[in-house]
Amino acid sequence: MAGTSQELLLPQPLPLDGGGELARTVLAYETYGALNEDKSNAILLCHALTGDQYVASPHPVTGKPGWWERMVGPGKPIDTDRYHVICANVIGSCMGSSGPASEADDGKPYAMRFPVITIRDMVRALVGLLDELGIEKLHAVVGGSMGGMQALSLAANWPSRAERVLVIASTSRHSAQNIAFHELGRQAIMADPRWNGGDYYGGEAPDNGLAVARMAAHITYLSEEALTEKFGRNLQDREAKSFGFDADFQVESYLRYQGSGFTRRFDANSYLYITRAMDYFDLAEEHGGKLADAFAGTNARFCLVSFDSDWLYPTSESRHVVRALNAAGAAVSFVELSAPHGHDSFLLEVPALDRVVKGFLE
Amino acid sequence: MSLRADLAAIAQAISPNTRVLDIGCGDGALLANLRDTKHVDARGMEIDGSCVERCVAQGLSVVQGDANRDLADYPDKGFDYTVLSQTLQTATRPDQMLDQLLRVGRQAFVSFPNFAHWRTRSALMLGGRMPVTRAIPVSWYETPNIHHVTVKDFRELAREKGAHIEREWFFSNGKPVSGGSNWRAEFAVFQLSRQ
Repeated sequence: MAGTSQELLLPQPLPLDGGGELARTVLAYETYGALNEDKSNAILLCHALTGDQYVASPHPVTGKPGWWERMVGPGKPIDTDRYHVICANVIGSCMGSSGPASEADDGKPYAMRFPVITIRDMVRALVGLLDELGIEKLHAVVGGSMGGMQALSLAANWPSRAERVLVIASTSRHSAQNIAFHELGRQAIMADPRWNGGDYYGGEAPDNGLAVARMAAHITYLSEEALTEKFGRNLQDREAKSFGFDADFQVESYLRYQGSGFTRRFDANSYLYITRAMDYFDLAEEHGGKLADAFAGTNARFCLVSFDSDWLYPTSESRHVVRALNAAGAAVSFVELSAPHGHDSFLLEVPALDRVVKGFLE
Repeated sequence: MSLRADLAAIAQAISPNTRVLDIGCGDGALLANLRDTKHVDARGMEIDGSCVERCVAQGLSVVQGDANRDLADYPDKGFDYTVLSQTLQTATRPDQMLDQLLRVGRQAFVSFPNFAHWRTRSALMLGGRMPVTRAIPVSWYETPNIHHVTVKDFRELAREKGAHIEREWFFSNGKPVSGGSNWRAEFAVFQLSRQ
């Protein structure tokens, strides 16, 4: 389906958690389905680390279908015949919203002069967008992975803005292991000589570093079972091992392909900034160290979904949030779904997820 | 959709516009009934993921969890009523479960199959084998019922726990039973409170 692509400049500078403000905040967003007269049928979809606003429309660079086409559209679980779906590229990213590749005051790209941002800063910008659109209260805020962090952040910091909060395969804080994998990716980018302190716009980008970062991250998105099922120890287009360092194994070839494909559509500096924001995320810390306090007085209904094969944000992280919501007396649903694909299950064919999403949004 | 007899008794006893936590809520029949007929703020806990999925699909707030462990996460007196229907006999520690029910709810409803029902007694006495009856339909080796209990046993447990029995109902074949409950009741329902 076709979304409507729009761009909006926030009327005010955006205050940031790290101090200071972003003078010019542009948000590029897509909408699907009509907004009703009293503006009560809007669903804000929050995208993941390397996602974008092209939820259900072809990606302008790769031409591939939207990342959640199976979930969003007419008659689908997030039904665009009923709901007005909004998805904006987060700040710090590279698909039209303000980020390190955007022009600073001096007419040159910010690069590393872009301020370090947080998940709450991303959400603050999204709330600014809702203000401009005149949407007081969302029917729901929905997100998987980093999108789920944004949904939780919106519920905690702007509790009156969403009636329903749907958080899929996510967490309320980044663990040491989560941070460690992100640091590996960042170091790969910064070790690429082409990164050049972040100052590569107009020249050759640090694609090798970014590809390695993507390869490492991609492993964390899949379960061991999924990798074994898909590739096993199969060799790639050859009868025998080469006794060299080509991609002998199919899994190597697959990762290299994922890595290089990623560099065509993503900016290395954006990867640094967004992974940093995720690592800084700790919703309890923002609220005096007690997660239940983050949700005190919320009237929203919550639904959390985890997948049994997700080792990036495992079920225990969702349970941790559910416990806090229960302690806060919030209306919460939680289900651990069985799916073989690992963290990426939220993007893939899991019919039970469709039923839960559809039912929760009713 | 009509409710099972024990659930119907519980539903009738629950006041409108209250907060209810149904532990082991299954497919959410009681929760949906309370929400739709009494404007109850109805929440559930259920261990079976496919049941939880069906509950959420009906718009109910149900958490997948193990009551043996996860009830501890709920604040004191966060609910007007807690409900434990035909689940007590599956608990690891029914006595501790009863404590949790009375801690989380101002009142607690507990229903269970009565092991002292005459059919169970005669199956054991005459057949000499673990009873498999209408009320306890699963063989000993695959039943989730690990702590069979009788009406007399439950009254004794309630007394030990300092719980006051507000009301009690007894059923056989879905119909009310009065008198001789420990013999004649296939199922029992108790409404309890504790200061």
